[in-house]
Formats: sequence, structure tokens, C-alpha cells
Amino acid sequence: MTDFIDKAGFGLKARHRAEKRFQWTGRLAILISLAFLAWMVVTIMIGASGAVRLVQIAVPVDLSVENVDPDDIAGAGYGAIIKQGLRAQFPEVSKRAEKKRLYNLVSPEGSFELERQVLSDPTLLGGTPLVWVTASDDLSLYVRGKINTDLPEDQRQISDQEIAWVDQIQDQGRIRNVANWGFLTNGDSREPEIAGILAAFVGSALSLSVCFLLSFPVGIAAATYLEEFAPANRVSDVIEVNINNLAAVPSIVFGLLGLSIFLGYFGLPRSSPLVGGMVLSLMTLPTIIIASRASLKSVPPSIKEAALAIGATPVQAVFHHVFPVALPGMMTGAIVGMARALGDTAPLLMIGMVAFIVDVPRSILEPATALPVQIFLWADSPERAFSEKTSAAIIVLLVFLVAMNMVAILLRRKLEQRF
Amino acid sequence: MNDPFIMARSVNVFYGDKQALFDVDLDIEEKRVTALIGPSGCGKSTFLRAINRMNDLIPICRFAGSLKISGHEIYDPDVDVVALRAQVGMVFQKPNPFPKSIFENVAYGLKIHKMTSSKTELADRVEWSLKSAGLWDEIADRLDEPGNSLSGGQQQRLCIARTIAVEPKVILMDEPCSALDPIATAVVEDLIDGLRKDFTIVIVTHSMQQAARISQRTAFFHLGNLVEVGDTKTVFTNPQEERTQNYITGRIG
Repeated sequence: MTDFIDKAGFGLKARHRAEKRFQWTGRLAILISLAFLAWMVVTIMIGASGAVRLVQIAVPVDLSVENVDPDDIAGAGYGAIIKQGLRAQFPEVSKRAEKKRLYNLVSPEGSFELERQVLSDPTLLGGTPLVWVTASDDLSLYVRGKINTDLPEDQRQISDQEIAWVDQIQDQGRIRNVANWGFLTNGDSREPEIAGILAAFVGSALSLSVCFLLSFPVGIAAATYLEEFAPANRVSDVIEVNINNLAAVPSIVFGLLGLSIFLGYFGLPRSSPLVGGMVLSLMTLPTIIIASRASLKSVPPSIKEAALAIGATPVQAVFHHVFPVALPGMMTGAIVGMARALGDTAPLLMIGMVAFIVDVPRSILEPATALPVQIFLWADSPERAFSEKTSAAIIVLLVFLVAMNMVAILLRRKLEQRF
Repeated sequence: MNDPFIMARSVNVFYGDKQALFDVDLDIEEKRVTALIGPSGCGKSTFLRAINRMNDLIPICRFAGSLKISGHEIYDPDVDVVALRAQVGMVFQKPNPFPKSIFENVAYGLKIHKMTSSKTELADRVEWSLKSAGLWDEIADRLDEPGNSLSGGQQQRLCIARTIAVEPKVILMDEPCSALDPIATAVVEDLIDGLRKDFTIVIVTHSMQQAARISQRTAFFHLGNLVEVGDTKTVFTNPQEERTQNYITGRIG
């Protein structure tokens, strides 16, 4: 009896081979992309690991009446008190340059921290307590083993003498690691150890809110009109072609436009989230319009016909029946547009959101910066400790992005459930 | 003699350069079922959609001639299409309930035309419509479920309920049973027969048996011309035209 299912026939072997080949190519492609993604995430995580910890150093401070007047706590010279405390630990230091290096073990922020501690706990006054203050960035890097001590002395940030001091302090148990919440609650700073992301985070959040409030309603209104009501003529064609082209325009061009119109002509406040959001919405609008039109187009025309056939006006037919069905798709377009806006730096550079902003902006009119710009600024800084901050800021940006998309997807799912 | 309820005279319809209907003169009587039959592309659907001006939605479509409903010329420039369509309802080939609940599907027309003044009146009206469409007993306890969750035949009856809810004078049906199975078709046909006492019904159908079963008058279209119109019985048993004879015996089509 011959084999009824003849495996050799119909060129089947070659066809099955081609099938397998294609599937494996696909799997390989996915594997490669996943590997690169994992590599990237791990690199960023490792880079950011330093930024989640803050090194503190304990300094014995003399808070006697000579140094701090109990009636005028805020008027005392706390910087000098810390320097005095450091000198007391190493009385042998006498040269001016050496003293300066000794003082540099403590962050310039240390004097403010001491002041705040004294203000919140006046019982410290009169004694000589050990007070924990933030250590300088170089000391932090050394303590965490981020500085290669095998290098010749003149090629590293921290000298042999400083290393000796730090080792001695460490032996006394006067150096500790704490969680660096300041990174999430501070604004930018020249000092990496106290630089935080909050100002940029709030700047981004404000800009994106402005961008969303402008581009989402305008975008879907434009898309709905163009798709459902606009007469099919030459003007509509020209508008359609232009919208498609605008979606491909490099974002820095929108930045230039914002610079010359919003700042130059309307005189809106420079570096403000208002202008940032407006510029980003210029960039986001074409994306939202194109996605919304595609979404409207995919709604079966029979639904609109049904509404018209029982005497709904065209506007009623569109807004009562077509629009709700198309809304989830429009949201998808908005997500894509907003994600792009969140990550874009170039247009913000043009309108001055690249400034060094220490204070957290409290309104859309105050100067602000944005997360991607902050990342760019830190990556550009010479201090090595800023590289940790850069990685940490990237993680904040990614978390922001994921959170934003999650909210949008949940909203979309809720809308979709309505039949 | 009274004018017929719907009176078409020299109706010509064009899609761009292509003419779809040639000088159609057709009278449609009130509270009767009139069937439009003919092979595909003969213009019967075009004629149907001319009666509630759904053809207006097609930008290249052009109408010439006269079409009067109850003595009013519906292609007069001052006629409001929205008001016309409230009076001339339409049921489509494929059931197309709104993506909303069963209740909302029926209530929608009543709401936009502000035909009810209270919630209870609205609910009563919806119930009446669903009962008239023979759907009430099947779905009375699931009015909040989506219209799309019903079976094909139920969906089509929901569409009919939605149409009769606003009490139109005329109901146009464009092959309403072509997407349904034979049992659902029989139910819808019974329903159409029952609606005849309240509404003027014009139905396009591909099924000659269906036309014979449910209509009182039949009009046969061929290649954009109205070939023959008369009592259904006469058209099917004793056609005057050879082309009608050929079509109903299956020689053309």
C-alpha cells in the first residue's frame, strides 16, 4: 500500500523549510530587540543606583552662645560653624589650600541643613552635638567606590590627603548612606549631591497638561470636521496633504515657530510651561488629527446612515453615534502624540526651557524646564556625580511615560466597554 | 380621483455621468406593501433611496423629476431633509443597530425629535414600539443590554422598532431579510404584514417568493426602467410584459 499522505510530494519539504526559516528569523529579530532593550534598562538601572543613596557625614558642631545667638538663630554663620567643626577634627591642617580641601568634604548645602536642624530642634543649642549633613559629591563617589584610587593622584578628583581624612572619619563611624528622597523633592542644583528632579518633573507635567488641553480638543474637532463634514474639494485636499506633511516636520522647526510667534509676537513669558505646551501641541496636533481621522473612517457608515434615516441631523448622527465609537481610537492617537511630546527636547530648547531652574514652578507662567531637557543638561555637566543623576532622571522619565500611557489605556478600556 | 400617496413622475437619477433611473413614473398607495423587484443593478434600490433622499449623501448623485409624498414635492429646495426622514423611515439590508443599549436604540429617535415629555412616556413608547416589532417578549428583561448582542433577526426587528417608534408615514425597506436565516425571515415577513395597517411600506427584495407573499403591489425594474407595475397577483400570474415574464420565470436576472 502506498503512503496516501506522501510527504515527498508537492514540494512539501522545501515549503516546510521556508516556513521554519521565516518563523526562526522572526523569533531571532524579537530576541535581538529584547536583548538590546534589556541591556539598555540594566545599564540605566546600574547607572542610577548611586543616585538613590545619599552620603552623609557627621560633623561635631559648636552651638555655644558665642556661635549662635538664641534670640537670633537664623542670623548665625552656620557655614563657619561647620568649618570650625571640621578643623577641630583635624587640628594639624593649617595651610590655606589644605583647609579649603577639608571644607570641601561637606556639601555647600550643609550650612542650610544645619540651620534647619537647629531651627526645628532648639535644644541642640548650647552643646556640641554631632550633626549629619550631606557630604560633597567627590566624597560620595569615593565612599561608594566609584573613584579608581589606583590612578595617579593628579588624575583623580580626590587627593591622597583627602582619602586619609575620609578613611579616618569613616573609621569613627561618622559617614553613612541614607535614602536620597531629595532627588525627588528638590529642584536642580549646581551641586550634584542635592540636585533633584522635581522642578523638571513639574515643568513636564505642566507643559504636557497645556499641550493635551490644547491639542486634544482642537485635534479631534479638526479631524471630525475634515472627515465627516468638509466638502470634498481642492481646499480639503490641500489641507489634508499639509497635515500629513506637518506630521513629518522636525520638531525643532516648531520650536522656531514658537520662538518667533509666541515669544516674539505675542510676548508670552519665556521658558514657561505655557509656551512649552503650546509648542508641543503644534507638534502633536498633526499626529492626533491623522489618527483621529483614521479612527473615524473605521466606523461602519451604516451606523451613521441609520441615524440619518430616522431624522437625525448630520451633527447629531456624528456626535451621538460615530464619535463614541471612534473615541478610543482617537485616544490612541493622543497617547502616541503625547508620548512624543514628553520625550522631545528640541522645541523646548528654542523657547528657553533649557534654563537652570532651581525652584519648582507653581504656575504655567513661571520659568520651568522639562524632564528630557534636564537629562540633557545633566548629561552635559562636567561633574561625574551628575552621570548618576542622568540615569535616575531617565528612569523618572520612563516611569512618567508608562504611568501616562497606563492612565490613557485604562480610560480607553473604560470607554470601549460601553458596547 | 385622489392622488396616490407617493407619486413619482419622470424620475431620473444620475451617478456622475451614469444614469441609474430613466423616466420612472410610479404610484405607491397608502397603507399597502409595495415590492420593488428586479435583477441587481436595475435601479430599485436607487428609487427606494430617492424616496427619503438618502441619495443626497452620495456627492455625485443627482435627481431630476418629481416625487410627491402626500401632495408635497420632496425635492423642493425648501424641504428640510431631516423632517422628511422623520416621516419616511428606512430599514437597511444589514441590521445596523446603534452601538448602544436596546432601550437607547428605540428611544433615540423619540429623544432627538422630542416626541415624549416624560421618562415614563418615553418608556411606554419604547415598549409599544418593541411590541409592534414583535420583539418585546424576547427582550423585555434585557433592555440595558447592547443592541449588538441580539441575533441577526432580532437585530433587524430592533431596527424596525427603532424606525416605527417615531411614527413615520412611510417605511422603506432595502432587502431587510437578505442577511437573515429562513426562520428569522418568516418572522420579519409576518411583522411586515402586520405593520401594513398603520404604515405605507415600500420593500426592495431579491426574493420573488417574498414579494409574492407579503406585497399587494409589485413593481418590476430592469436596467433603470420601470417595466411593469400592478397588483402582485397579476404581475406574478399574468405579466403584461415579456421581460417581466422572463424575470419571474428565471430566464433573466
